[in-house]
Amino acid sequence: MSTIQIRDLRKVYGEGEAIVRALDGVDLDIDSGEYVAIMGASGSGKSTLMNILGCLDIPTAGTYELDGIDVSRLGERELSLVRRHRVGFVFQSFNLVARTSALANVELPLAYQGVKRHERRERALAALDAVGLADRVHHEPTQLSGGQQQRVAIARALVTHPSLILADEPTGALDSRSTHELLDLFERVHAGGRTVVLITHEDEVAQRARRVIRMRDGRIIDDRRAA
Amino acid sequence: MNAIEVLRMAMRGLTANRMRSALTTLGILIGVAAVILLVAFGNGTSIQVQQNINNLGTNSLTILQGGQSFGRFSRGAASTAKDLTIADTEALVNPTLAPDIKQVAPVVNASATCSYQGNTSTPNSFVGTWPSYFEVTNSPVASGTYFTNSDVVDARHTVVIGTTVATALFANASPLDKTIRCGGVPFTVVGVMKSKGSSGFQDADSIVIAPITIVQRSISGYGSLRQIVVEAKSADATTPAQDEIYAILDPRHKITSATNRDYQILNQTTLLAATSSTTSIFTTLLAAVAAISLLVGGIGITNIMLVTVTERTREIGIRKAIGAPRGAILAQFLVESVVLSTLGGALGVAVGIIGSHFTIMGVTPVIVPGSVALAFGVCVVIGLFFGGYPASRAASLRPIEALRYE
Repeated sequence: MSTIQIRDLRKVYGEGEAIVRALDGVDLDIDSGEYVAIMGASGSGKSTLMNILGCLDIPTAGTYELDGIDVSRLGERELSLVRRHRVGFVFQSFNLVARTSALANVELPLAYQGVKRHERRERALAALDAVGLADRVHHEPTQLSGGQQQRVAIARALVTHPSLILADEPTGALDSRSTHELLDLFERVHAGGRTVVLITHEDEVAQRARRVIRMRDGRIIDDRRAA
Repeated sequence: MNAIEVLRMAMRGLTANRMRSALTTLGILIGVAAVILLVAFGNGTSIQVQQNINNLGTNSLTILQGGQSFGRFSRGAASTAKDLTIADTEALVNPTLAPDIKQVAPVVNASATCSYQGNTSTPNSFVGTWPSYFEVTNSPVASGTYFTNSDVVDARHTVVIGTTVATALFANASPLDKTIRCGGVPFTVVGVMKSKGSSGFQDADSIVIAPITIVQRSISGYGSLRQIVVEAKSADATTPAQDEIYAILDPRHKITSATNRDYQILNQTTLLAATSSTTSIFTTLLAAVAAISLLVGGIGITNIMLVTVTERTREIGIRKAIGAPRGAILAQFLVESVVLSTLGGALGVAVGIIGSHFTIMGVTPVIVPGSVALAFGVCVVIGLFFGGYPASRAASLRPIEALRYE
């Protein structure tokens, strides 16, 4: 059973002469529990694909079914529900809420889900513990290193127990040691049965994945599963 | 997401950005307080000027030396002008020709420094007159008495002083029956006037009043009178009294036409009307200044709200990306704006009200309730709109657009 089923997905920016086809007919199936790396040069459309997968953006044409629901036909209200319950998104630039403690950042998605305060705190602490930041819960983003901030962001993505974890170049802004720690973390998440899709242009990162998809000019040019 | 949760999130948003919150509050505070204070100051000035004129007596008239025309013609008029004299004054006391005149007093002005045992004081005005002056100009004594008509006839060295002079010369001791020296001449203090307060520009209590005869003989000399003050029988009688004065003085001064009189009459009633129109212009002017400060305050609020939009749009993008519904984001930002605007507005009203208890340049501000409501209302609405509108626009963006917002 496919978690993600994409058919002839297109995304077009601009009009007339300045038209840009960021996605030019993408077909893709990702099964539940897969660990997929998407690679490609900048401008290849991988980030656009990722944003559509995470329901942060909507496609111009084509269908995108997530767990059997055609997400590309949903309205804003339903999309926010999908984002809240089914997807955990990790950004290259962390995107933590500024001047707000790690704990409060991780609690945020639970607050929007309407989880009670006490339970929220417990689950957020557990998620931060799982990423190895139990001793940094009251630090604000500026008081944390890049690797630590990204781990907070991952804790925030995991805390709602989504079935799909999306990461847009999660190691792009990190040094090699933090990259290793983070990849170990993704491996554990994947081992826990979640579907993980991440974008990278580092071979080292891609080697850890079970499946590597390469993109160019808005199309998939290579789709290879590890032996 | 219930209401308490939204409120908690808004408060967390405000405390996470203390500097921005404080600046926004300050902007609203200054806008509101400035409007309230400026309008109160204008209103206080207008009330005070009217009170001062009422203190002078609304049924009094003042006859001044000199023509009404200024500039080119005044010199010609002055060359043939006759002085106002004691005889003119006496002529006005005439129940048949001037039935509307109750009493009159001639006024000469001198300048002299008064001293008592080493303390000195130079009064703003040193007046020589008749006892009727006190009633005509509505200047009662607080202690002692006026000097008498016989003091005038005999040119006795008696004097009534204002409170500023009394305080300067005697501190807290009683000045009555003490002898002070003014311009080297000894005077016995017979009365101290009741305080009239400052008129905003000049201290009305810095005054010394003595019998006209002794002032002319020993200080001012026998020149023209400075003025003749006239009290009409009632406030309504000032206009007929004015006509009677013309009827008596014109022949004495050989005046043939109203345009070349060598004296003029100031009517307190018309003066009151003139000044109240002046002060209303003044109040309007201050209201305009207040409106500008309201505008500037509003622009300040708008500015700080809009400047933070970039940062907040990104934050809204983050919140949307992790699943925040549009309503929750709107509610949070609106609550933040409401809290800041009402807090700033309330503080501004408090500062305005406290500030208006202080006397500025001798004027006690009097708050106009409407200005409080207007200033508060306008600032709060501006804060709400410019806090809420960009947030609502950002909340409608797709998460990726909000995250990329520059």
